[in-house]
Amino acid sequence: MASLVGSRVERKEDKKLLTGRGKYTADVNFVNQTYACFVRSPHARAQIKKVDTSKASKASGVVAILTGADIANDKIGGLIAGWRIKSEDGSDMKVPAHPALANETVNYVGDHVAVVIAESLDEARAAADLVKVDYKVLKAVVSTKDAMNSDQIYKDIPKNMCFDWLLGDRAKVKEAFDNADKIIKIDIVNNRLIPNAMEPRAANADYNPSTEEITLYTTSQNPHLARIIISAFNGVAPENKLRVIAPDVGGGFGSKIYPYAEEVVCSWAAKKIERPVKWVADRTESFLSDCHGRDHVTHAELAVKNDGTFLGFKNETIANIGAYASVFATVTPTYLFGPCATGVYKMPAAYTNVKAVYTNTAPVDAYRGAGRPEATYTIETLVEKAARELGMEPSEIRMKNFPTQFPFQQTLVHSVDSGDYGAGMKKAMEIGDYGGFEKRKKESESKGKLRGIGFCTYFEACGIAPSPVVMMLGCGIGLWESAEVRFNPTGNVTVFTGSHSHGQGHDTTFAQIAADQLGIPIENIEIAHGDTDKGPFGYGTYGSRSLTVGGTAIVKACDKIVAKGKRVAAKMLEVSEDEVDFKNGEFVVAKSNKKKTIGEVAFACYLPGTYGEVKSPLPEGEEPGLKETSFFDPVNFSFPAGTHICEVEVDPDTGETKVAKYTAVDDFGTIINPLIVEGQVHGGLVQGIGQALYENCHYDESGQLVTASYMDYTMPRADNFTDFDLGFTCTPATSNPLGTKGCGEAGAIAAPPAVMNAVIDAIGTEISMPATAEKVWSALNKSKNKNSEAA
Amino acid sequence: MKTFNYHSAKDVKEASKLASSNSAFLAGGMTTIPSMKLGLATYKDIIDIKGIKKLSGIKVSGKTVRIGATTKHVEVANSKEIKKAIPSLSALAEGIGDPQVRNRGTIGGSIANNDPAADYPSACIALNAMIHTNNRKIDAEKFFRGMFETSLKSGEVIEAIEFEVPEKSSYQKYPNPASRYAIVGVYVAKHKTGVNVAVTGAKSCVYNEKNLSQVLTKSFSTSALDNVKISSSGMNSDIHASAEYRANMVKVFAKKAVEAC
Repeated sequence: MASLVGSRVERKEDKKLLTGRGKYTADVNFVNQTYACFVRSPHARAQIKKVDTSKASKASGVVAILTGADIANDKIGGLIAGWRIKSEDGSDMKVPAHPALANETVNYVGDHVAVVIAESLDEARAAADLVKVDYKVLKAVVSTKDAMNSDQIYKDIPKNMCFDWLLGDRAKVKEAFDNADKIIKIDIVNNRLIPNAMEPRAANADYNPSTEEITLYTTSQNPHLARIIISAFNGVAPENKLRVIAPDVGGGFGSKIYPYAEEVVCSWAAKKIERPVKWVADRTESFLSDCHGRDHVTHAELAVKNDGTFLGFKNETIANIGAYASVFATVTPTYLFGPCATGVYKMPAAYTNVKAVYTNTAPVDAYRGAGRPEATYTIETLVEKAARELGMEPSEIRMKNFPTQFPFQQTLVHSVDSGDYGAGMKKAMEIGDYGGFEKRKKESESKGKLRGIGFCTYFEACGIAPSPVVMMLGCGIGLWESAEVRFNPTGNVTVFTGSHSHGQGHDTTFAQIAADQLGIPIENIEIAHGDTDKGPFGYGTYGSRSLTVGGTAIVKACDKIVAKGKRVAAKMLEVSEDEVDFKNGEFVVAKSNKKKTIGEVAFACYLPGTYGEVKSPLPEGEEPGLKETSFFDPVNFSFPAGTHICEVEVDPDTGETKVAKYTAVDDFGTIINPLIVEGQVHGGLVQGIGQALYENCHYDESGQLVTASYMDYTMPRADNFTDFDLGFTCTPATSNPLGTKGCGEAGAIAAPPAVMNAVIDAIGTEISMPATAEKVWSALNKSKNKNSEAA
Repeated sequence: MKTFNYHSAKDVKEASKLASSNSAFLAGGMTTIPSMKLGLATYKDIIDIKGIKKLSGIKVSGKTVRIGATTKHVEVANSKEIKKAIPSLSALAEGIGDPQVRNRGTIGGSIANNDPAADYPSACIALNAMIHTNNRKIDAEKFFRGMFETSLKSGEVIEAIEFEVPEKSSYQKYPNPASRYAIVGVYVAKHKTGVNVAVTGAKSCVYNEKNLSQVLTKSFSTSALDNVKISSSGMNSDIHASAEYRANMVKVFAKKAVEAC
């Protein structure tokens, strides 16, 4: 049987998803169901003086109205920060209380104040309008840059600072800078983004008073994590009395990794009123209350020799984490950001200092790439500027500083197991026809357009992650993954994974892996995920981890199946175990025609009766059944890398900037399904280019979200793009048996600097993201005026 | 959405009679319904005029193109007769919103709503349109009064819009990258009697950019526009475009339109 790993198998899940037969949380309905509508703060910062529900509670169809006082009375715990970061001075990070329904204060527009539960959605909404909240409005803190010098939001958190974190060695960096020929400096902003998953968040909680069990359907990338948090921290129900199901989920991009207030409230309320409670966010709620991404202000410096050798790197960043510290809000701008900020390069000395600040904006958490896009944008715009200032080719300065020996001990944390950055660069220049750029530039000029080219060479640490390492760094959970491979008696298989597919195509990729490992057709394999009552505990999907960590767990569980199968087959074939080989789904005995298929062995394991002369196929002490579980904890992160080259065309009359050519060459290690990987790259690029040219979350000075709908928040669309030219190199990862590295985040990591470097090349002046038409036009005018003044 | 009474009017007379200060006519509903869903507008009565046959249809004579009020954008976009008589008008309709909007939205709805960034009002100004209602005929120049404001009176129903066929014309717009409404849209039409340059998106209401109209009436060429200064005074300024940027875009897109004529 030909290997399925490496084949372009069409996605098994698409028939269901593309024909409207998916089942999402909003599709789930219970008998006697009620509908929740949240009363949200219209103010960015205010004290709650009084919540008056008297009028609302008399409105038609109202079942219950619950407030912060009720949730406090029931001792339901608040939302948590999942990763403990220590400041440079050794002190712990500072975290404000984050009740699931606000009690004394509200801290961003959209903050959850009360919930109205009614017989119908319309009645819930109408009654929510009647809940009167008496606010004392306070001055909001909005600006990332000025947060430390603004009014103090929380009594116990001076300078609005969560932590002041350092990674690296300031003294060594100073020494390196003292010896530099030239110091390159940049001041950049990593613009704030709103994730905009296609499916809005939703929850539907059902409580059974006789068993005291809550079943919570929710839009989660990680139902097991939701269960443990809602049980252990919020205290809504013990884990054995809480079942969390994340059915089909329409995208997450990080924003659905962890439970939000709404899931906690619906679960608690369902138990309280003994009826199911359903909530589905409308799009405005999604804009206001989904965790946002990015939002950094960075000053960075690179010390170089005149020949382009890098000597040292400094990174001073302010990271806005919004009004509260969300679950992965504190790790995103630290351990996911700092180590990668030195890029792929040999960097003798480096440090990253991050001051995380609270503001009166929605919480900011992991968003596709989480920390690594910010890191890559920093180093790659800096390196390109160094090339310009030193008069070097962008490829030359990079090649000069690439490591060539692997494993490569990267400056700040990681030991990178494998890679070949030069090969990626060469291939990208070849596919992207770098040599033909000048000709294309002339063609653009003949049409009155400006053309620029930009490079980005990135690496990222994903395959998240070795549990002992992350727990040592402050993570509140392990990050291993589980798999259970269950043969059914008739020889087909269900694979349970603790990861979760919400667009990644696990039903296909994981089945390809299991089909190869077990030698059975892919049609005979189902992948099950997303239900805490099915399969073992797992850690879900984010950080490009599912294949590398979860896929490996499947391989390991299959190995155990084969090992048991060998013992059983040996007994059935009346030979010793070491005479049995497993090949293409068959247990064979060398130099004989004796064999048993894995299906026959599975059947025998479930029906261990007499088989010919053999009284029982099970060796003495062997249990019946054929089901194995594996928990895989990786020994290292994985390190995808690559080179992206972008060409843009700018219309100087309007400032409109279009991506004219985009080449991405990535090293994802072994590729299981190129079709799915290419789709992931395309999606990542669109998000990355979206950040560079279009998307921007904008709060006004009073903390109102101006970009709270698609009228004002520019989502990239198909007509904004050109075709992408993709290429791959492969240095297999050594930290997992598949050799995979992960591909989900790469596009979003690499694209912003590639695009922005191209824009800067085209217009000859630095500019911040997103490079909207007006910004580009103004920048061009400014430099035109400067030039005419100089002349 | 708050509850309301739904009426399907069988003719214009009935529609007009049902109207009150707390009612809205419903044709495509492309603005009315989202506004109601978002709670920005509430009405006691919704009067559906889609069923009134005489309000829909296209009539092209030698000098004019008459389009019934409830004619959908897609019909204008696809009309062979309009494409021949005023190709820029079909092109404008083809560029409104997305296929869903074009399959429901109507020309009457668009001009009655008078969104400052809508496309059709610029066509009305540039093409010397006459707005026919159940009571009177209104000159386009007098019809658009301000932001979301027209000279329509309560109970007055737009029946048709009659455009003058120009010698040549073109509509060029720079769409808002998020909403795809015009940040600036410029409709240039050259008539025997002179040139109109109608601008949408730039100010609180569509207007005839007289500076440009006069210059182009004298000499219909892009170079004639080179030295014209467009003032940013009174222009919209928002997170997508400043007044200065819009002023620049009016000129850039006027040139594009002249070039495309």
